[in-house]
Amino acid sequence: MSAIGGGQLQYVLAAALLFVGLYGMLVKTNLARKLMAMNVMQVAVIVFFVSLAVQSGGTPPIELEHAPPDTETAYANPLPHALMLTAIVVSVSTTGVALALLIRIHRRFETLDESVLLERLQE
Amino acid sequence: MTAHLPILIVVTPLLAALLAPLVSRVSVRLVRGLTILATTVSLILAVAALRIALRDGAWHYQLGGWAPPWGIEYVVDPLAGAMATLVSLLATLVAIYAGDYLRDTTALRAVVFDSLFLLLTTGLLGITLTGDLFNLYVFLEISSLAAYALLAAGGERAVVASFRYLLIGTIAASFYLLGLGYLYALTGTLNMADLAERLAMVPDGSAMSVGVVLIVVGLAIKMAVFPLHGWMPDAYTYAPPPVTMFVAAVMSKVSAYALVRILFFVLPLTGAAEVAQNALSWLAAGGVLVGSALALAQTDVRRMLAYSSIGQMGYIVVGVSIGNTAALTGALMHVAGHAVAKGCLFGVVGSLPRAAGQADIASFAGTARQAPLTMAAFTVASLSLIGLPPTAGFFSKWYLLQGALVAGRWPLVGVLLLSSLLSAVYFFRVIERIYFADRGSNLRHQPSKNPDRSPQLLAPVLVLGTGVLLIGIFNGRLVAEVIHRALPAL
Repeated sequence: MSAIGGGQLQYVLAAALLFVGLYGMLVKTNLARKLMAMNVMQVAVIVFFVSLAVQSGGTPPIELEHAPPDTETAYANPLPHALMLTAIVVSVSTTGVALALLIRIHRRFETLDESVLLERLQE
Repeated sequence: MTAHLPILIVVTPLLAALLAPLVSRVSVRLVRGLTILATTVSLILAVAALRIALRDGAWHYQLGGWAPPWGIEYVVDPLAGAMATLVSLLATLVAIYAGDYLRDTTALRAVVFDSLFLLLTTGLLGITLTGDLFNLYVFLEISSLAAYALLAAGGERAVVASFRYLLIGTIAASFYLLGLGYLYALTGTLNMADLAERLAMVPDGSAMSVGVVLIVVGLAIKMAVFPLHGWMPDAYTYAPPPVTMFVAAVMSKVSAYALVRILFFVLPLTGAAEVAQNALSWLAAGGVLVGSALALAQTDVRRMLAYSSIGQMGYIVVGVSIGNTAALTGALMHVAGHAVAKGCLFGVVGSLPRAAGQADIASFAGTARQAPLTMAAFTVASLSLIGLPPTAGFFSKWYLLQGALVAGRWPLVGVLLLSSLLSAVYFFRVIERIYFADRGSNLRHQPSKNPDRSPQLLAPVLVLGTGVLLIGIFNGRLVAEVIHRALPAL
């Protein structure tokens, strides 16, 4: 952990979120909880990308009249943010489709618990 | 018009997907026409683009006039062009084939089906043509989202299977996206050509290894490479017939294409990528054996075909992991050959009438008498998967074996031969019933559902069956004129 400096804590957070998400998806038996864990995992990716864009001491990449001199470190990198806007849209759509599937599963089997669901599928 | 060919291949089905709900206000039948028209136009454009790429070399198209690496570029090289042709050909045939399935559903469902099917096609075509890693992620998710919805249309079991696939597919896509983040952090670019140049100068380090591993694992899940195949058999078994036919034929192949594209055209083939290749060869060998062995244990033909797909994807990965010219030739030929053969097999299974969602091997008994043409196509496609000449499968396995021998990979040679034997056993179980079993099939009692009498069902299956033979017979020309030019410079 000695390699983790003050500016790198966000990567630890991203890794932690990733593992929490994966753990939840593998271990939880309720399908809705699995879906929530999936969202946590996706947030980890977003945190990772946004952390890449950070430029300590930098401003948002907007050109202002009183902007600091145009140097490489003056602005945060806008590209990862743009990528993550798309990733958030994808994540929301995936959640939408997943919720629609869950509603259909619940209507038919009246449970979202995986072990009960497996039993009812056997019948 | 010609100047914008690469983007038109992708945009045509996308526009049609958005138009479909509007057109349905006028007439639902018109939507069917629109679907078939859009996929056919994509096919024609893809063939034209492939011919230009073969004549003039790789074609770089700048989207909106933004030069790479700032803008997104589409690249039609022989590999991308051939893959786009394969995808749009299958899409056209499945669009025709789906007419029979959609006749029994409500108008609303039919329109939604066509719209989603076109979106799935858009996503897959986009993956083949894009020259940008993030754009590839977006298309991967477009195709996946459409596929989750389509796979779920097959009833209650399909919904559960589709939800599982959604969870695993999202893990795969997130891994891919994370890996891409590592490569971006190392180089500051997402354009594939630019990335290849800059990665060659980056010293091999842990960031690179993590990135490569995440991307390879992500794509391997999408390809259903053993042992990441868990989502696949249920998803294929319960989905509506045209969906299984399309997804089984091309979706995993497109992910395989993405893997080839990234491993051989983007990453420097030293260090991390080389280790990944080695690891893949073990997974592939395991997949070939386990897939074939489990296929042998199935009584439902659709499940048998699904497990056989796990084995057949193993062949493609074997080729990728050996990575010499002969092996890659075999792998790419197997991508085409298996797509056409699996499409044909699932098409036939889906066209047979069946009681309560069953497709037991027993229900194939004596079907050759009632539906000789359909069953002939099934038999030819099976022979290709077993690997008998003169079908496509024989020649792709031949090249794979050559590649393994040249590389001195004796265990892989053994695995390839043993698995051919296993597939012979499980396919001949079915073929024997089709031709030699006496008991009357369902077809005798339901002559109106005979697939031989429905042009919508028969034509696509026959085209695919003939395709298996044509790829095999003209394999020399195919290899010399397309595949060898599509290969990366090794």
